[in-house]
Amino acid sequence: MSNRLSLGQAFIFLLRRDLLLALRNRAEYAMPLLFFVLVITMFPLALGALPELLARIAPGIIWVAALLAAMLSLDSIFRSDFDDGSLEQILLSAHPIAILVLAKVSAHWLVTGLPLLIVAPLLAEMLGMSAQAQPTLLLTILIGTPILSLIGAIGVALTVGLRKGGIILSLLVLPLYVPVLIFASSAIDNAAMGFDVSAQIYMLLAFLLLSVSLSPWATAAALRMSAS
Amino acid sequence: MFLWFHKLGSPPHFYRIAGKWIPWLTWIFLILVAAGLYGGLILAPPDYQQGESYRIIFVHVPSAWMSMFIYVTMAFCAVVIIVWRMKLAEVVLISSAPIGASFTFLALVTGSLWGKPMWGTYWVWDARLTSELILLFLYLGVIGLHNAIEDKRVAARAVAILALVGVVNIPIIHYSVEWWHSLHQGASLTKFDKPSMPPSMYIPILIMALAFQFYYALTLFHKCRVELLQRERNSKWVKEL
Repeated sequence: MSNRLSLGQAFIFLLRRDLLLALRNRAEYAMPLLFFVLVITMFPLALGALPELLARIAPGIIWVAALLAAMLSLDSIFRSDFDDGSLEQILLSAHPIAILVLAKVSAHWLVTGLPLLIVAPLLAEMLGMSAQAQPTLLLTILIGTPILSLIGAIGVALTVGLRKGGIILSLLVLPLYVPVLIFASSAIDNAAMGFDVSAQIYMLLAFLLLSVSLSPWATAAALRMSAS
Repeated sequence: MFLWFHKLGSPPHFYRIAGKWIPWLTWIFLILVAAGLYGGLILAPPDYQQGESYRIIFVHVPSAWMSMFIYVTMAFCAVVIIVWRMKLAEVVLISSAPIGASFTFLALVTGSLWGKPMWGTYWVWDARLTSELILLFLYLGVIGLHNAIEDKRVAARAVAILALVGVVNIPIIHYSVEWWHSLHQGASLTKFDKPSMPPSMYIPILIMALAFQFYYALTLFHKCRVELLQRERNSKWVKEL
C-alpha cells in the first residue's frame, strides 16, 4: 500500500480518466452539442424568421436548448461506469465519495457544458441578439451550466440503476432547473435592454456555490443507494 | 413517552393504532368540514367586489396550505429515513405523496376556476401559480421514482433523497419565480394583497384548514395500513390478521 493516492491525486486521476474516455468517444459526446444547435435551428423555422421576434426570444431559446442538451448528456455521467462496474470500485475507495463525484461532474461539465460557450455566440449572432447582451449570455452559460451538471448528477445517481431511467430523469431534474433558467434568461434580457445585471449574476453565483457544496453529498448518497 | 414513540414505529402496533383512530378521525373530519362549509357558504357575507364567487377560497386556500404542509411532512420523514432507517417513515413518506399531489392539483384547479371570472383567464404565469405547478411536478417526480424502483426499501431511500433535494429547492424556486415576475411587471392580482378579511370569512377558512388536516391524517392512515400490509405480507403478524 505504499503507492496510495492522496485525495488530490485521486481527484485529478478520475478527472483525467473521464476526459480521456470522452476524447476516445468523441462522437458520443458531440451529440448533445449537435442537439443544442439543432433545437435552436427549429425555432426560427417554427416561429417565422422575423428578426425582432427572434432577437426578443433568443435568450429563452438558447437557455431552453441548453437545458435540454444538458438533460440529454446527463446519463453519461454514471451510466457507463455503472454498467461496467467501475462505479462500485469508486464507491469502495478510501476517499470521500462526494469529492470523487465532484471530479466526475467536473469532467462532465468540461465535456458538455464548456463547448456550449463556444457555440453560443455564433447562435446568438444568428438569432440577431444584440451585441451588448452577448457577454452576459456567455457569463450566464459559464456560471449556469455547472449548476445543471451538479443538480443533474443527483437525478442520474437516483435513476442509474433503472432500465427506463431516462423519462423519469427529466421529471426529476427539470423542475429543479427552473431557478437557473429564470435568472439566466432574465439577466440576458436585462443586458439586451441596457440594464444592470449584477443582481441576477450574483444569484446565479449563489446557486452555483450552493450546488457545489450540497449536490455532491446528495449524489454520493444516491449512488450508494443505486449500487446497493 | 419515548417507549410510546418507539412502539408506534413498529408496523403491527401502528397498524392497530391507526385502525382504532380512523373512525374518530372520520367523525372529527365530517363535523369540521360540515361546520366549515356551512360557515363559508351560508354564514359568510358575499364579498362586495367579487360577489359569491370568492367562496371557492374556502376550498382553495386550505388545499394550497396542505400542498405545502404535506411536502414538509415528507421532507421530515425523509430525514428520519436517512438517519434512522425507520420503516414507518418510509411508509408515511410514500403514502403522503399522492395525497399531496391531489391537494396541489385541487389548489390549481380551484384557483383557475376562480381566476376565470375574476381575472378573465384560467391561467396566468403568476409567481404563485407557477411555483404551485412546479410543486405538482416535484410530487409527480417522487411518485414516479418510487414506482420505477422495484425494491420498495431502496425506492424509499431514493425518494427520501429526492424529497430532501426538493425541500432545499422549494424556497429557491418559489422566490426565483416571484422575483422573475417582479422584474418584468407590476404587482400581480393575488388575493393576499388585499387588506385582511373580516372574521366571518377567515374563521371558516381556518376551520376548513383544520378539516383538511384531519382528512390528510385519515387518508394517510388508510393508505399506510394498505402499504404496510403489502410490504409485510410475508410476515407473521399479517398472516395472523
